[in-house]
Parts: sequence; structure tokens; C-alpha cells
Amino acid sequence: MKHRISLTLMFALSVVLAAASVSAEEGGHAEVARQKWVFSGFTGQFDKAQLQRGFQVYKEVCSACHGLKHIAFRNLVQPGGPEFPQDAVKELAKTWPNQITDGPNDEGKMFERPPLLSDPIRGPYHNDKEARAAQNGALPPDLSLIARARNVERNPSWWVHPFLMLGDIAEAYQEGGADYVYGLLTGFADPPADFKLTDGKYYNKVFPGHQISMPPPLSDGVVAYQDGTPSTVDNYAKDVVAFLSWAADPSLDTRKRIGWQVILYLIVTTGLLYLGKKRIWAGIKH
Amino acid sequence: MGGHTSNYVPTSRWGKWMDERLPIARMMKNQFIDYPTPRNLNYLWTFGGILTLILVGQIATGVVLAMHYQPSATAAFDSIEQIRRDVNYGWMLRDFHSVGASMFFLAVFIHIFRGMYYGSYKAPREVLWILGVLIMLLMMATAFMGYTLPWGQMSFWGVTVITNLFSALDTIYNGLGTAIVEWLWGGYAVSGVTLNRFFSLHYLLPFILTAVVGLHIWALHIAGQNNPTGLDLKEPSDTVPMHPYATSKDAVGIFAFLLIYAWFVFFVPDYLGHADNYIEANPLVTPPHIVPEWYFLPFYAILRAFTSSFLGIPLGQYAKLCGVIAMFSAVIIIAFAPWLDTSRIRSAKYRPIFKWFFWFFVFTCVALGYLGSKPAEGVYVFAAQIFTVCYFLFFLAVMPIVGLIETPRRMPRSITEAVLGEGGGGLPSGAAAAPEKR
Repeated sequence: MKHRISLTLMFALSVVLAAASVSAEEGGHAEVARQKWVFSGFTGQFDKAQLQRGFQVYKEVCSACHGLKHIAFRNLVQPGGPEFPQDAVKELAKTWPNQITDGPNDEGKMFERPPLLSDPIRGPYHNDKEARAAQNGALPPDLSLIARARNVERNPSWWVHPFLMLGDIAEAYQEGGADYVYGLLTGFADPPADFKLTDGKYYNKVFPGHQISMPPPLSDGVVAYQDGTPSTVDNYAKDVVAFLSWAADPSLDTRKRIGWQVILYLIVTTGLLYLGKKRIWAGIKH
Repeated sequence: MGGHTSNYVPTSRWGKWMDERLPIARMMKNQFIDYPTPRNLNYLWTFGGILTLILVGQIATGVVLAMHYQPSATAAFDSIEQIRRDVNYGWMLRDFHSVGASMFFLAVFIHIFRGMYYGSYKAPREVLWILGVLIMLLMMATAFMGYTLPWGQMSFWGVTVITNLFSALDTIYNGLGTAIVEWLWGGYAVSGVTLNRFFSLHYLLPFILTAVVGLHIWALHIAGQNNPTGLDLKEPSDTVPMHPYATSKDAVGIFAFLLIYAWFVFFVPDYLGHADNYIEANPLVTPPHIVPEWYFLPFYAILRAFTSSFLGIPLGQYAKLCGVIAMFSAVIIIAFAPWLDTSRIRSAKYRPIFKWFFWFFVFTCVALGYLGSKPAEGVYVFAAQIFTVCYFLFFLAVMPIVGLIETPRRMPRSITEAVLGEGGGGLPSGAAAAPEKR
């Protein structure tokens, strides 16, 4: 019996190792430090106040260039997000600088109108070409999925790799994207002496190739927090990354909450089934 | 199906009426309740049930996802996000389906390694084994096409790279490869047309898969299950009825597996995927590393091991063709295992030399998977070439030769003896009812 279980485990482990060691994400940048996020790990949940501050940073800084097309204004009201009051969001939508192209109207003309709750949060540009024309050829990406569309590469030696992977799976780590965006926002620096920086580009420690077209967006004091949180670049970056992580994965809170119920149910059921199996097989040597 | 006498007795009038017309209840009772299963099956034998469950789950989640998905180059990516955000529990359906593909392969790899370890491919189970390889091929095709559907960067470039493999046939007959590739694409490049046909086929193949699984189970019930000793069933005391014995064990295996499955779905749904697939497909921007999903990586490593030379042998213009042939052969060769293995002993338990080679083969597959995730350069290519040779040598050299030179361990005469020790053969077992009262 014991032998049999250990054999099963050996099989399972070797295949899990295979799966784990090979799903190494490729990112190809300098080291990005892992941050502590309140929403990381298997118990982490979003912090409403942080999401609200993060949205403020997005609104006052990022939205000048970047859209958030998969998030509608109504999402800002929904549970599990920043949960702003509905009236405030309605007001916000009305005054949002980037209007919605609608139509055609009765004269057959397209027209611009302020967004409704059901409309997406648009960036300032109607299309990529307009964005590139305005941004000196660079394209500011839409940010709704940025926290999931980036990851951090780890390159340990081949024999450590599987164990790190198993560790990540066990602690439910999947905040590589958040770590990367945080690293990018706080990674602006003066280029090393021997680095040739192209005109109009900025040096960034974690951006691939280290030359980014985005000027450092954050500096101490640019956003005035109202809840007493210190107005530092570090806080801005953390908060806006938390907000973008929510934007990329708005069901995170529900997902983990249901997840625990499912896991608990499965553990109990597996245990009961095992006891039942033992009872059924009790009279039979096998 | 299986060769045991039926003891199904219909009790109701309707049951009798039905039994004379379509004896489906009789078949179910014979094949899935009374069916004699070896008494010594371990938990590795629960993976058949696990796989069946995943197949059903994939079809169920897939059918609902297809109600919300839009297979067009302009709408596909956004429709996946809409499923995640706006469809009730859409995020859960979607993650069950995408993680489900990984779990399907995880389970099928364990299932295949189990078959190899215990010699389940040997007579009289050759057809069963070949159907199994066919199932894996269908799974691969289905998974590959399914990965196209989110229309992210990795979807798009994965399809571009893999479909382009067929252009290697140009080196055999000029224009043949290009013609095939354009036929697959439905144009001169991967486009929305390609996406549409892949969606159609992704919906079709699982049903063909289900049919082949039906044949696989049929063939299984003709030959009977193998078991950890690899011995044939000889006496009634070698077996127990499928229900409640095998079923109770299957239930434990299935729920334990679901625990791992659920962990990925609810806590690390992105872990087995690739971040680049959250960027919408863009034919003008190539990702820095194009990597398939983890379950294809061993085969991908074999494909890429054939650079301009292979272990010093120059390949020239045939490099790509060799890689493609090697990659497909790596799957096909598994089907020939019944005839490549010369040993008449099934279970590696009694094969002291083969056992070590088997575990080295598992290591080879893991190593190839690791190398498939690495860029094809420098020492990685060399290592991939070495392990590619190891992979094929396992089938072409180890299986035929070890069977000839190996002295097997002493084997019990029957399963009953293996379980109860010598002379313990006569104990009652078999199809007695209410076993828990004994």
C-alpha cells in the first residue's frame, strides 16, 4: 500500500515538475523585485481605499495618454472594485475629457457625446495612428490588461527551477505583471555613463532595452491624496498598480473567495470518499 | 464486450420491455458494475476515469463559452475579455476550460507513463494502445486550435510558427509545402479566415475524440485491464467487481485530482499560460520568444534540436524538414511500442533493467520540456539534441534490446498469489455482493 502510494506520488510529482519547470515565463529584462501586494497569494484581496487612490493616480496622470477600454465607468461602482458611489461616477463620466463617438444621428452624422455609466473609459486617442502621431511615433498601450500582459522572468539554474515553480504554485504567486509595472514606474534613472540614449527616450532599469518613450510619469506630490497617505512616488506606483491589477482581473476577490469554498469542499469530500473506499476494501487484500 | 456472463435481471415491466429491444441497462450493468477488475489496481489506474471526466468537463464548459465567443479577428480578443468580465461566472468557465486543457495533458501524460511502466501496451492490448496514441494526437490538434481562439500574441504567432512547419515539404517537392500551408491558412497569411476554420474544427474534434474514447473503452473491456503485476487474469479470486471496488477508488482519485485542478483555476489561473496572450494579436509585432503551451514543449524541443546541424551532422536545407519529421515521429513512435518491446514480461516491477531505463525516459521527457522553454541557442541546442537521441533510443534500442538480455525477477503465478502470498489462492472474492459485511 505504502509502496503503491509513493509510486503514484513519484509519477505525479515527475509530471508536475515537468509542467512546472517548463512553464517558465519569458520576459527578458533586468531583475524585478517582488513586492508585497495585499491582493497576492491565496488569501489576498483588493483594498478598496488603495484602488480608489490608484484610480485617482490613473485619472490625474496616466489617462493623459492611456485608455482603459475593458473597464466601463459602471465597473468603478461594482463590488470588488474601488466601489465609488454611483452618483460620483455618473458625474465623473459626464466630465471625462475623452468623449464617445456615437451615431449616426438623424442627419447621418457621427457625433461626440460624454460617456454614460455603460461606456468604456477611453484614452485621448481615437486610434493607434492618432496616438503615434501625437506621441512622436510611440504608442501608449491601453492599460486594462497591462498587469496580466506582463511578467517577470526568473532564470535560476535548471535544477532549482522546478522547486521555485512548485513554490510559486503553492503560494499562488501570479503577480509578475504587477511587480513588473511597479518596477517600471519606479525604475527611471540616469543612464550609466557608457549607455547611449536615443534622443527623446528615457532610461528605465526594467524596460526591455532600457530605452522607453514614456517620460517618468510620477514625481512626489503630483497627486494630492485625500486620505492622508503620503504623496510619494512609491505610494503612487503601488496604488496605481493595485488599481491596474484590479482592472485586469476584476473578479479576483470573488475568484479566491469561491476558491476556498471549492477547495474546502473537495478536501472534505476526498477525505470522506477515502474513508468509504477503505471501508469497502476492508475485507479484501489488495 | 467483455467475456463474462451477464447476471442482469430486469425487475420492472419497462425494464423487460427495454431489455428485449435495446439492452442498454444490461450493457451498463455488465460493463460498469459487475465488470471484473483486477483486485490489485493502484491509484494510477484512476486516471482513465479522471480523463473521461475532464473530457466531459471540457465539452460542457466549451459549449457555454462558444455561446459568448466571437470567432473573428476583430472581435475574438475582446469577446474573451467580455466573457471574463460580463458573463455571469464567465471567468470561472473560461479558466476551467483553459486550465482544463493543461490538466487534460497532465493526466494523459501520467496515464501514458503508467501504461509504459506496467507494459499495458503489450498483447492483447495493442489496438487499445494505438487508439490511445490517436486520442493524444486528437487532443494535441484540439488544444493547438483552441489556443488560437483568444487571438492573443502567442496564439497568433504560435499558429504562424506551427503551420509554417509544413512549408518544409517544399524541400521534397517544390511548392508542395507552400500549397499546404496556404490551404491551412485559407489565404497567404494567418488571418481571421484561419481563426474561423480553427474555431470550427476546435468544436468538431472533441466529438471525434469522444468517439475514439468510446472505442478505447470498448477495446479495454475486450482485453480487460492490465494490473501492476502485468499478469493475466487467471482465476475469479484475481478480480473484484468494478462496483463498488474500482468505482470507490476512482472516486477518491478523481476528487484528489480535482483538488489540484481547482487550485490552478481559482488561485493561479494564469500560471500555466503566457502573459503575451493578454496582448491582442498583432501581425506586425513578433514577440521576443515564441513558446507553445507547456504540454507541447518536449515536442517543440525535438523540433528545434535540428538546427543547421545535428550533433555535428550537417543538415543544410533539410534541417527544418528533419525537425518536423522528428517531432511527428516522436508521437507516432509511441504507437509502435507493442512491437518494439521484445520482452514478454509486462510490468517493469519484474524487469530490473527496463525499470531504470523507464525512469531515465521520464527524465528525458522532463528535460526536453525544460529545453523547449529555453531559447534555441548555445548549450540548450546541444542538450536538446542529446535528449532527442535519448528519446528515440528508448524506443528503438532500449525496448528491443533490454527485452532480449534482461533476466526478469521471479514472478508470482497469479495476481491472487501476488496479493496474498504463496498458497493464498483459494480465498473467496469475486462478484459477491455486500462486501463490507464480510
